[in-house]
Amino acid sequence: MSQTLDAPRTPVRPARKKGVNWEKWGWIYMRVSGVVLVVLIFGHLFMNLMVGDGVSAIDFAFVGGKWASPFWQWWDVAMLWLALIHGGNGMRTLVNDYARGPKLRAAFKVAILASVAILILLGTLVVFTFDPCPVGQPADLLPSFCAA
Amino acid sequence: MWSWVLHRITGVAIFFFLLVHILDTALVRVSPEAYNAVIGTYQTPIMGLGEVALVGAIVFHAFNGLRIILIDFWSKGTKYQKVMFYVVIALWVITMLGFTPRHLINVFSH
Ligand code: HEM
Repeated sequence: MSQTLDAPRTPVRPARKKGVNWEKWGWIYMRVSGVVLVVLIFGHLFMNLMVGDGVSAIDFAFVGGKWASPFWQWWDVAMLWLALIHGGNGMRTLVNDYARGPKLRAAFKVAILASVAILILLGTLVVFTFDPCPVGQPADLLPSFCAA
Repeated sequence: MWSWVLHRITGVAIFFFLLVHILDTALVRVSPEAYNAVIGTYQTPIMGLGEVALVGAIVFHAFNGLRIILIDFWSKGTKYQKVMFYVVIALWVITMLGFTPRHLINVFSH
């Protein structure tokens, strides 16, 4: 029994000749979202970890104060969408590189897609339906503007 | 080669942290107590050290990602890819020197 190996860089399936080249748009997306994410993530880390008392100052009131402003709501939602899709597409690359067998590959990709879709939905809903002053909650846990 | 290995490992690590981080932040929608209880675990010394590692991973992935983009789109990118790798390392060291002391003071003085 002699074993044969595919020539190096033989694609799993040949590149499609017509229609949208999704692989190319994915490649472009990784780069465009990467540039935007540098700004969004560095700003996020600076505001939450460097300013004031950093991580020790984060609590419900801190988040309430931030999301009282549409600016930070949109900042965080943009970061959520861009990072999850970038990360999910990156994970797809790893599955393509390392997972053997069509069933296993499909299972991993479905799991990635489901996690990304569910978390985008959850995160977007949380940011936009969030109530900084929920009724019946102890005032010392809420942002100071709730008292007014 | 090592820049690629590090870019992969940091990318995967950040992805898994992001999944958890969205879930813990979603607790603001449950109750102030629930959110404060979970975020409190982020403020312990052990997690504080973990956050240094996490920020280190993100900063490397970000700077090296910009390096990849320059290699792809800048006409002299491939020629200077090695120089740019050392620039990434240098910028990483500078950023972490700015971040780590301040973060550890925030964690250990509260
Ligand atoms: C901070 C800004 C970021 C920049 C500049 C950046 C840049 C890049 C670039 C240029 C690639 C290579 C894509 C390719 O070769 O086609 C990449 C891959 C990847 N990124 Fe990011 N990224 C950033 C943030 C993130 C975040 C937040 C995550 C996680 C949610 C992430 C996860 C990944 C993964 C898993 C890969 C695939 C690794 C591989 O194929 O070896 N990245 N990134």
